[in-house]
Amino acid sequence: MSVKVRIPTPLMKLTNNQAEVTAEGGTIADLLNNLESQFAGMKERICEENGAPRRFINIYLNEEDIRFLDGDKTKIKDGDEVSIIPAIAGGAV
Amino acid sequence: MTDFTDEQIERYSRHIILPEVGGVGQRKMLDARVLMIGAGGLGSPAAYYLAAAGIGHLGIVDFDTVDLSNLQRQIIHSTERIGMLKTESAKKTITALNPDVNVTLYNERISSENIRELFQGYDYIVDGSDNFATRFLINDACVMMNKINIHGSIFRFEGQATVFNPQDGPCYRCLYPEPPPPGLVPNCQEGGVLGVLAGIIGNIQAVETLKLVLGIGKSLSGQLLIYDALNTEFRKLTLKRDIHCPVCGDNPTIKELIDYEEICGTA
Repeated sequence: MSVKVRIPTPLMKLTNNQAEVTAEGGTIADLLNNLESQFAGMKERICEENGAPRRFINIYLNEEDIRFLDGDKTKIKDGDEVSIIPAIAGGAV
Repeated sequence: MTDFTDEQIERYSRHIILPEVGGVGQRKMLDARVLMIGAGGLGSPAAYYLAAAGIGHLGIVDFDTVDLSNLQRQIIHSTERIGMLKTESAKKTITALNPDVNVTLYNERISSENIRELFQGYDYIVDGSDNFATRFLINDACVMMNKINIHGSIFRFEGQATVFNPQDGPCYRCLYPEPPPPGLVPNCQEGGVLGVLAGIIGNIQAVETLKLVLGIGKSLSGQLLIYDALNTEFRKLTLKRDIHCPVCGDNPTIKELIDYEEICGTA
């Protein structure tokens, strides 16, 4: 499956400033590996060493958080859109 | 019943003629108690519009002073107020705009020591803070004290906003169970921000606050609004309450307020 992946601002330096990239995979885990093969360093930014997404980064399949689906085993189909959303803190300073 | 002066009827006439607001709604706004955390990028526009709308009691928490580099986005302050406490400066602007608003200032750094006292007496907490330590503290206190947290955050050209309502939806820790370790995500001034982005997100926080006060529309509770200024895109993602959430879950493990180490050196 080839799907659109939304890259958040803090990770865009790994994608040559592209906010949207295309990646392939049958599941979210496959997709993350595919992203890593295209953009070295991506997986390390998104996942812990054990492969689970970091606790301050969420991955959404379309509008749904994969933690409430099947986690990184969540299946992807054509036309889906994946978003990577990290916590951001900025506001006052 | 609603007890307005002639001046108030004129000042709020464009609200009062809205069927969704009316005199009853305007009275709700004048009776409402809203606490602004931060009089900075998000707090400036939010407090400014909430004051214009006639929110009757606005508390403002900030310990910082106005700096020239703030003025690119913090529109409640001005050049002649550089060096003044942000709370004092905000109050001057608000009072000049709308003398109906009772402004209470708290020139304090927010911590587990004072947060309960600060939150007491307010129904709505507008989070315009600039660091994860404060955001997690605000969240936990809101859950423990059953306060509604109107959340906004910004980075470069991208903003996020939502409402964390302990009565009907998830909290910040349902989204992100723990703050990130230093160095892994950008914080505070790092990376910069388009000034007007603070205006967009701060004003979304103001709209959400007014809707909650008025009891109209559908709040952002359970949805994360993402605004991408470069591509002019608004997206909404679904947020769910996590039954394993360490603070609002079925078996919470966090029962005391936590002061995380400030990740941002200057806040």
